[in-house]
Amino acid sequence: MRFGVIQFPGSCDERDALAAASRVADAHMIWHGDNDLGGADAIIVPGGFSYGDYLRAGAIARFSPAMDAVIEFAESGGLVLGICNGFQVLCEAKLLPGALLPNANLRFTCRQVNVEVLYAGGPFTRGCTIGELLSIPAKHSWGRWYADDATLERMDANGQFALRYAAGENFNGSLHDIAGVCNERGNVFGLMPHPEHAVDGLVGGSTDGLTFFRSMRESVEGDA
Amino acid sequence: MLIRPKAGILDPQGEAVERALPALGFQGAVNVHVGRMVELDVADPARLGEMCERLLANPLIEDYEVQLLGES
Repeated sequence: MRFGVIQFPGSCDERDALAAASRVADAHMIWHGDNDLGGADAIIVPGGFSYGDYLRAGAIARFSPAMDAVIEFAESGGLVLGICNGFQVLCEAKLLPGALLPNANLRFTCRQVNVEVLYAGGPFTRGCTIGELLSIPAKHSWGRWYADDATLERMDANGQFALRYAAGENFNGSLHDIAGVCNERGNVFGLMPHPEHAVDGLVGGSTDGLTFFRSMRESVEGDA
Repeated sequence: MLIRPKAGILDPQGEAVERALPALGFQGAVNVHVGRMVELDVADPARLGEMCERLLANPLIEDYEVQLLGES
């Protein structure tokens, strides 16, 4: 099983994403100008400041040649994980519902957060249990997830709210404390905290982030 | 193109500015919102709305308004 990690100008977490994915499977980097995903079985859109976050976070990256290939891949059912800036890119690309706005506290905030698993199952959280708390770092200034009422209602009915910040940990002001969402089909998932930074007990604070990469591998290999 | 946060969505930037104004002695300013302006020259303005819809604004969270300033 192979992960592909998209690298935009201004990405900064692509190497950690590659290293995290490499712990559970093969992984390669994909340059934003390439329209070819190199045979990847699952895609990670990493964190950072793609294209300098000009205009809005993710607004320009969404139109890169690699994203055309990612959109096609997602539409054919391929697994796509968006982390932080990657989450913003996937929302801008309309692969995920809603949008991300500047943090309510107006500050770039970097801290370890506990997120609660609301949906355990499917390709990204099959290794989790409902109500489980994962300790993962978050670091961003545009992490306030927002969607209108009609979208929220539809997502709730479909079980698309996968993760929420534990009580008192929602520093960015996301609606309903939502930290991670998936699309209707369940093959695209985005979250603001950084699981790729929580894969090594020595430097990550926890290894809770590994569960997403393992779940993706199991989903791909189980389907093969 | 004037791009503003949609009404009803929390605008912490606008609120911060609203709180800062009285501190400088400017009383009575309410409903402060901070957006952005995109200025450009174009021969045919027919597609400016589409430009806003697809790139310059995110219609989920922002409203936009096109102002034509004539030839310069």
